[in-house]
Amino acid sequence: MIFKGVIVFFAFLMTVPLIIILVYIIKQGIFQVNWHFLTGVPAPVGEPGGGIANALLGSFLMVLMAAVVAIPVGMAAGIYLSENPKTKLAYYSGLCVDILQGVPSIVVGIVVYFWIVKPLGTFSAISGSIALAIMMLPIVIRSTEQTLKLLPDSLKEAALSLGVPYHRVIMKVIIPCGFAGILSGITLSVARVIGETAPLLFTAFGNPYLSASITKPMESLPHLIFTYATSPYDDWHNLAWGASFILLMFVLLLNIITKLLTRKWKVQL
Amino acid sequence: MESTIVKAENYNSYFGDNHVVKDVNISINRNEVIAVMGPSGCGKTTFLRGINRMHELIQGATSKGKILLDGQNVYDMNPIYVRYKIGMVFQRPNPFPNLSIYENVVAGYMLNGLKLSKADKDVIVERSLTSAALWKEVKDSLHKKGTFLSGGQQQRLCIARAIAMQPDLILFDEPTSALDPISTSSVEQLFHELKKNYTLIIVTHNMQQAARVSDRTAFFYLGELVEFDDTKVMFTNPKDQRTQNYITGRFS
Repeated sequence: MIFKGVIVFFAFLMTVPLIIILVYIIKQGIFQVNWHFLTGVPAPVGEPGGGIANALLGSFLMVLMAAVVAIPVGMAAGIYLSENPKTKLAYYSGLCVDILQGVPSIVVGIVVYFWIVKPLGTFSAISGSIALAIMMLPIVIRSTEQTLKLLPDSLKEAALSLGVPYHRVIMKVIIPCGFAGILSGITLSVARVIGETAPLLFTAFGNPYLSASITKPMESLPHLIFTYATSPYDDWHNLAWGASFILLMFVLLLNIITKLLTRKWKVQL
Repeated sequence: MESTIVKAENYNSYFGDNHVVKDVNISINRNEVIAVMGPSGCGKTTFLRGINRMHELIQGATSKGKILLDGQNVYDMNPIYVRYKIGMVFQRPNPFPNLSIYENVVAGYMLNGLKLSKADKDVIVERSLTSAALWKEVKDSLHKKGTFLSGGQQQRLCIARAIAMQPDLILFDEPTSALDPISTSSVEQLFHELKKNYTLIIVTHNMQQAARVSDRTAFFYLGELVEFDDTKVMFTNPKDQRTQNYITGRFS
């Protein structure tokens, strides 16, 4: 009885930090959000108002580019790992995925800085996307692998015994059946990297103007929050709260949509 | 007038160094029902999976010798084509969980990227489900997922999926071992019907089933084909002592 009480108490206790954070950010941020906030660019110091459109566009573009690279590559690697678990390559690449997952995001940022930013001589959105893609990869790979491993072999045999070529078996049977799991891995990885500041510090850097040029520095939501929150001006603090609120809502929404979609597309085996 | 459809010549299968099917020679006629029986681990399933080249898909699995399908060695043919020509039904019903009943039946065409008109598909679906004795039960729910059916219905759906491809030969790997007795008898009755148009090779663990459904029976023991004869002869007057021991239950 006492034991049960203790675990129930802690299960309840662990929801408290999230609720406190949510309530606090909503309280601080929600009144900042209006049409101008979403469509305007930051105002110079001293001028009231100002928006975060540059950061919204920047985060969207950079995460999109990162996803375009990381999703196909990650899925392909995940498929290999689940299909050929006993090979040497699978062992070592699986090991690398685990280690990559553990690499601190700031280290990823520094490495991309030396690889891309320094040779090109400028901070750029594309280098930021590369850093984000590296962060996304292990999540996409592992979730694809885990999902596909759970599918029974009999499914693959059924397709193969009908004379379906291997690549079609993967594309038409294995991936559709594991789609819900793969999708939730992808959205998880997006939710994870959209809030990353560290890898963008040395790569996309930030930009107070609205810019869609991927070879130029670009603003992002977490970076905007970082610069504004550490500034000495109250106006900017408020912008940072508003941006935090938007970021948090986006991540929450993404999680809820994922839950709904995976439930809808879950294949009953 | 009886014509050979499948013939194995000195056929051997291995898992790595493990020799599981040893020098099998067998000749199977068109429109026959063949039962393959034997104790667990005797190589009967491995032999079956050698016929449509499913065996080699397992890592480390190899084979030697010939399997002739209409006189042509399947090991000289494209394995994709071999599996396309030979139907297979597995131990556990395995309909595609992401497809409806209708789509499951035409899955062999769909997954191979063959375009069929709606009318053609309708014909194939009705004909295949009718042959698999499932049409009456599912004709009003063709667009529901196949996995909502009962185990026996699912297995008949898998049979429909195999016959939709109009194979000459259908392989059954212990098709009723995961089914309850009523579903089992419905599948067994189906064998009698299918015999008119197809050749069936049925691996079974169950001697009574072999006796009930087959024309001829093959007995495998420790990887060897011990005896192959008319089912009646096999069960009443087997020539080999090992067959005798097996059917009288001295080992199983």
